[in-house]
Amino acid sequence: MAEKILLKGNEAIAISAIRNGIDGYFGYPITPQSEVMETLMKERPWLTTGMVVLQAESETSSINMVYGGAASGKKVMTSSSSPGISLMCEGISYLAGAELPCVIVDCQRGGPGLGTIQPSQSDYNQVVKGGGHGDYRNIVLAPASAQDMYDFVDLGFDLAFRYRNPVVILADGIVGQMMEKVELRPEKPRRSQEEVISDAPWAAVGKPSSRERNIITSLSLEADVQEKFNHKLQEKYDLIQEKEVRYETYRVEDAEYLFVAFGCSSRICEAATDLLREEGYKVGMLRPVTLFPFPAKVVSDMADKVRSMMSIELNLGQMVDDVRLAANGKCPVGFYGRQGGNIFTPDEIAEAFKKFNNFE
Amino acid sequence: MKEEIIIAGFGGQGVLSMGKILAYCAIMQDMEVTWMPSYGPEMRGGTANVCVIISDRKISSPIVTRYDTAIVLNQQSLDKFEQTVKPGGLLIYDPNGVIHTPTRKDIRICRIDAIEVAARVGNPKVYNMAVMGAFLKMKPVISLDNVDKGLAKCIPARYSDLISLNRRAIDEGMDAVVEIG
Amino acid sequence: MNIEDIKKPENLVYSKTPLLTDAVMHYCPGCSHGVVHKLVAEVIEEMGIQDKTVGISPVGCSVFAYNYIDIDWQQAAHGRAPALATAVKRLNPEKYVFTYQGDGDLCSIGTAEIIHACARGENILVIFINNGIYGMTGGQMAPTTLLGMKTSTTPYGRDAKLNGFPMVIAPMIAELDGTAYITRQSVHTAAAARKAKAAIRKGLEYSVKGVGLSFVEIVATCNSGWKLSPVEANRWMVENMFPKYPIGDIKDVLKDK
Repeated sequence: MAEKILLKGNEAIAISAIRNGIDGYFGYPITPQSEVMETLMKERPWLTTGMVVLQAESETSSINMVYGGAASGKKVMTSSSSPGISLMCEGISYLAGAELPCVIVDCQRGGPGLGTIQPSQSDYNQVVKGGGHGDYRNIVLAPASAQDMYDFVDLGFDLAFRYRNPVVILADGIVGQMMEKVELRPEKPRRSQEEVISDAPWAAVGKPSSRERNIITSLSLEADVQEKFNHKLQEKYDLIQEKEVRYETYRVEDAEYLFVAFGCSSRICEAATDLLREEGYKVGMLRPVTLFPFPAKVVSDMADKVRSMMSIELNLGQMVDDVRLAANGKCPVGFYGRQGGNIFTPDEIAEAFKKFNNFE
Repeated sequence: MKEEIIIAGFGGQGVLSMGKILAYCAIMQDMEVTWMPSYGPEMRGGTANVCVIISDRKISSPIVTRYDTAIVLNQQSLDKFEQTVKPGGLLIYDPNGVIHTPTRKDIRICRIDAIEVAARVGNPKVYNMAVMGAFLKMKPVISLDNVDKGLAKCIPARYSDLISLNRRAIDEGMDAVVEIG
Repeated sequence: MNIEDIKKPENLVYSKTPLLTDAVMHYCPGCSHGVVHKLVAEVIEEMGIQDKTVGISPVGCSVFAYNYIDIDWQQAAHGRAPALATAVKRLNPEKYVFTYQGDGDLCSIGTAEIIHACARGENILVIFINNGIYGMTGGQMAPTTLLGMKTSTTPYGRDAKLNGFPMVIAPMIAELDGTAYITRQSVHTAAAARKAKAAIRKGLEYSVKGVGLSFVEIVATCNSGWKLSPVEANRWMVENMFPKYPIGDIKDVLKDK
């Protein structure tokens, strides 16, 4: 039986990176995600797997180290929290523009500005809709448990390399700080240099005489060339939308009402669903696991069946826009959220449900 | 079986690590666990608290507002969490420094003088294990075999002599807990 | 001897290195970049390290360096080249990794990245082209613009009270324990270019010795931005830039031992 250990979500990211043969981590301390780098530094993977771990001078530098490492074909990652992700957005846009694979963990805290260090989901728009400049998308995975944190590192790199695209693990202060039982999956060794080159024949890591030089860039000054590239990116995003939607449902089979919630909120919504079911309300829950690609078709199909939906988020209402677009007026879509690091309880969500549906 | 526990006290009393050890012991019993701390500036010398949920089923919300058990180790924590215990639930407190004792009549209330236990065992660091012993006496949700396994997971092998010391503190805590209402 | 005789291989006295591509350079006639590119390409060819070299190009005129030198390139965001180089080198320690940056890129927007790469002692070569002006964006003030020098954003000349003083970075980073070799060179004469080439070679050689970061500053001209002819620009550089940015070695940990 696989070993199960108790880990914080942030620690699970670090342990998973080492066990999945990741080549490099570059980061900068910020609450509530500092345990990622602290755990890596304590484990010293450079002595075992050869993984490089470096504390950079800023998030700006970390993300550009990720760019350099990714451009040389390596599996490289970083992690930060909301203000740090803002600083990284320039680099993320360049990574997307140069079509480089990498994994970025955002352990969200409340904002705007320096905000709070308490949990939040208010980077949804920043991470899912862009953040940096230009037409681009990140593939976004929303973990709800320490096990997800562990598993999404490997899944993230799979997707990142399959599509040559940045992947963001959009976590939050709860998932990062909470300890849970984590099953350690079988280890994957780091790839040999031959495997790196075979995975990433485009990597700029020294030109042998057998091929043309590899150039990693996001620059093209000619409008037509850039437009063609934009279309190529869009085709990639369409393919991701078609193939990579991931979601979970809870008690939706006979549901007349639906909660839509991601990350830690989906856990709390699950409890709220149970509470309301005990009171006789036929409630179910949809948890988007990928935020881009968003499970729009599932929401649309559910909108045909349920009387109403509510998007439950730790922000002022961001994912709700996508839920409304997907429901497309077929049913009312409400919103309930908390902000500033406050976290809703299952009772609170149940109350909001009754209020929105005029059950009081 | 599902047990929702809040553990609260001063930073330095071993609140977070007690929660972690309790969670590890539950894992050894093949149960599901969540350990959700308060974090941030309040950790620095102020009060610390952690919510531990152990269950034989998958745990949905790690955030709860009413607890089966509150373990409170200073006055502020007692004031804050006494009202959050579910009716019929359990409150364990350390009387040292507590002036306003618990008043509720609809819950079980226990006292553990863990400072005295730790002094008797001879190491102030096992204070939190004495408290954990008190909890396990009142709610034997984890077998002592699995407590041993959990301790072994939490304490690095090079400090293996500390395992027996901690176990002794748990045993003494079990003996020292007093139900007062 | 007619022209056909002159072109015969046995009469060949000079040819460009095959590591310089046939792409027509976009640099203005008289610009120092072309010469420095040639030197870099020659050194890589002579050392036989084409398959082990990764260049990091900046934002600025030399953003297109990857069009001219036939090696693998990564193009960095403005100022971030040392961060990219850090990761490439740490993940591929046997490779030769160099950045090629202008004064705006390295000395203004990328100050943090270069200083910290130096402080960490990254085993990379940094080639720093200092011509005291932003060339690509049309001649604005650079951090290294001299006092009194006219640019499009200092149309009456750089005024210390208004614009601050020129940034002199080489001696600053020489103070850091992570730097191994710091030198200032120029390419305005054949002799100067030969010395600059030797410096670039030394920097690349040091980068695989694990002794720390090498920094080759090339005090350069931008005759278009300076609004001078190439010859006048060279003269102006010698008379005005060299006093502020004197040519010569500043630090060499292997020689100084």
